[in-house]
Amino acid sequence: MTTPEPPPATALGLTAEHVSKSFGSVQALHGVTLTFPPGRVTALMGENGAGKSTLLRILTGDHRPTRGRVLLDGRELHLTSPIDARRAGIRIIPQEPEIIPHVSVAENVYAGSLPRRAGRRLDRAELHRRITADLSRLGFDRVLDPDRLGSRLTAAQRQLVEILRALTGETPPRVIAFDEPTSSLSEHETEALFELIGRLRDLGIAIVYVSHRMKEIFHLADRIAVLRDGALVGEVDATRTTESELVRLMVGRDLAGLFVRQHVATERVVLDVRHLTTDAVRDVSLTVRAGEVVALAGLIGAGRSELALALAGDLPIRSGTVTLNGRPLKARSPRDAIEAGIGLAPEERKAQALLLHRTIRDNTTLVSQRRLRRWRFVSRARERALAQEYADRLRVRAPSIEAEVRTLSGGNQQKVVLARWLARRPELLILDEPTRGVDIGAKAEIYQIIADLAREGTAVLVISSELPEVLGLADRVVVLQNGRITGELDRADATEEAVLALAMADDLAPATAATTATQDATTTSPDATTTDTPSGANR
Amino acid sequence: MSATEAPSAPRPKDRPEPERRPAGLRTLVASVGGQNLSLIAALAVVVVLFGSLNPNFLSWDNIQVIGEAATIAGLLAVVQTVVIICGALDISVGSQAGLASVVSAMVFTSTGSSAPLGIGAALLAGAAVGLLNGAVIIHGRVNPTIATLAGLAAYKGLAQLVSGGRAQGFVLNDPVFVFLSRGKIAGLPTMIWILVLVAAAVHVLLTYTDIGRNIYALGGNDTAARLAGINLNKYLISAYALTGTVAALAGVLLTARTGSGQPVSGSEGLELQSITAAALGGCALKGGKGTIGGTLLAVALLGALQNGLTVQGINSFWQNVAQGLLLVAAVVIQQRRNRERAIGLPA
Repeated sequence: MTTPEPPPATALGLTAEHVSKSFGSVQALHGVTLTFPPGRVTALMGENGAGKSTLLRILTGDHRPTRGRVLLDGRELHLTSPIDARRAGIRIIPQEPEIIPHVSVAENVYAGSLPRRAGRRLDRAELHRRITADLSRLGFDRVLDPDRLGSRLTAAQRQLVEILRALTGETPPRVIAFDEPTSSLSEHETEALFELIGRLRDLGIAIVYVSHRMKEIFHLADRIAVLRDGALVGEVDATRTTESELVRLMVGRDLAGLFVRQHVATERVVLDVRHLTTDAVRDVSLTVRAGEVVALAGLIGAGRSELALALAGDLPIRSGTVTLNGRPLKARSPRDAIEAGIGLAPEERKAQALLLHRTIRDNTTLVSQRRLRRWRFVSRARERALAQEYADRLRVRAPSIEAEVRTLSGGNQQKVVLARWLARRPELLILDEPTRGVDIGAKAEIYQIIADLAREGTAVLVISSELPEVLGLADRVVVLQNGRITGELDRADATEEAVLALAMADDLAPATAATTATQDATTTSPDATTTDTPSGANR
Repeated sequence: MSATEAPSAPRPKDRPEPERRPAGLRTLVASVGGQNLSLIAALAVVVVLFGSLNPNFLSWDNIQVIGEAATIAGLLAVVQTVVIICGALDISVGSQAGLASVVSAMVFTSTGSSAPLGIGAALLAGAAVGLLNGAVIIHGRVNPTIATLAGLAAYKGLAQLVSGGRAQGFVLNDPVFVFLSRGKIAGLPTMIWILVLVAAAVHVLLTYTDIGRNIYALGGNDTAARLAGINLNKYLISAYALTGTVAALAGVLLTARTGSGQPVSGSEGLELQSITAAALGGCALKGGKGTIGGTLLAVALLGALQNGLTVQGINSFWQNVAQGLLLVAAVVIQQRRNRERAIGLPA
């Protein structure tokens, strides 16, 4: 685990030294050097895709850095798995606790190292003794019943189980990383958590705290490190900085340059939704005109993706009407919606849109087969021509259109999804998080594609959790909160503050209004099937 | 078997290939497919091995015997390939064939020796059973393996019930059945023609039609397929109906070969053979991947192996062991290629 090399800087705590990480062609981290000292809370901030999660995963042994190294108290660690990190005393409290549903809290906490008697029988007495001791030592004995089943725990209790796991074990914890721990906690529970974090810090544990909530960060953190586009752009003392300085550090680049500002919206209404109610949204009314880009903003879980899926015919509509080009649309399946002229590029492109083991050609022509076939035979030549046309138009970077989609970078994969719909020429195109996990160059290209689409008269509805993107793209911003529309802003009135205020109307105090408050709440996309291309990876 | 390395006779093709292999091999591998190449190599090894042990192995007569023997399993392997590409599995194919065999012989006998009625009834029964499989899976939301495991038992039982557990009827006094079992067209046995025709039809369906594209799409990513407007239920039920019909055709051929309707003998174990062939032939058991060409190569390999072992007088119990090993080996190689991580239950 350790090498006799002399420590370069005898810094105590956990250090990332010139750590870089790339996934295929996307570089998620560029030479990050950062120390998390013991007895301090270091907050890690950054926009969606800035590299926070990648850094956390490297520090906790889940990813190995492409370059650079990780040191604990000046000694290099060679982490090959999360187990190595755990043995070294590095623990992470994941955003989504991993709880085994049908066993007790006690067994959940000690899963993997349960006390046992001869013949490998579970030593229930010892288990009980251990859990009671640990619970009372940490002051959790009132809030956590050790016999309760995992499936019956509240969000806060689930998190406590993860914390207990982190604090127990053979080696004492040296570093504990919290990945957005408050996203599912009530205010009261949050306070209890902060109190606990304070105690852990006083024990000399290095705390890594990832969050978007400014209020929490100023309340807890001693130091704040800001990542942007995979690089460390600032490390500031929490007492000597301001929210606006942090926002400036996080956004930094001049995003305005990425967007193609224009106004080509016509008066012709393409999509007209009236009083739409589904399982996730209530009484939603909105319109999108030809040539208009409307952004659907809101926090994760506000019901934006569900609204998109309902419009695309994949989720049932309880009441209300959808009119497309003046004709009422009753889509009972995605097929009906596609026939009517609606296209949806869904949120999780790997899980919901792409056939990773098929070629760019197959993926591009998936919804245009009817146009390409004669009787039931698909014309290979016309298929190839169509795929090539759109691959060229969207500048998909690949050896050829016969390349398997899994070999492409996130941005190029997203372009293939867009190509699929562009080839079909929909009246209304819904894009759910079109630039998630996409590098900045491809982002700009995707913005250009959206602008071109609008100029050709397509109605575009964009769902995005990145506020700069919402503001840069949209002619109009519709804000959803908790399944209802809380406001609609014209481009002129749409500022980050205004959108956030509507998105969090009765949720959190405006004090938390950071640029990125809406982001990062999703977990990594399920991409177990493929190689190392980044989709959820570089968040 | 398929671990054997590819021969290095290069056949130039100029498409780029992403896998990391020596440059000379790369183009060849790209044009034929790595899996198929290993199969051809394995087949060559088997042929050379048994051919040198017994010169009769390579005689035209013996090759025809291999082809005929492989036809029934081959038909099932072809449709199993379709089901596996859909991301599902049908382990009731053997029982379906057995049921169809009994039905064909019994209807033949009871209609006063009408071969068309016997065959038609068998095919209808097969289609019905296949539809039932599909309906149970789709509308009952039963895992395909479990649903067809139930089918494996139930259809076998059904065949035994209607036949009283005995071989039924005698069909070899009818010219149609005789033609099916012993006839030749252009020097090739009818049975082999049937396999070739069915395989060609399914190959065309999978490769050249939008139906085939949609089948690969739904097996590769069912959510994506659904959001692309593909009616998943229709395709899955059709795949099972096709499987039932072709399994019934295999059952009819079984009747023709043995001369009577066989409830169990001759059809038992066909599910294993068909799945082994499909897996060896390169079908991803997760779905979305596989070709008829690969499956046919695997059928040829399995047929040659079985025949060679029999010719060498090796106990058929050993052949079962060999078949089990082959199935596991095929999947292990596949998973290694996918770089599946060795943690917990495999995907």
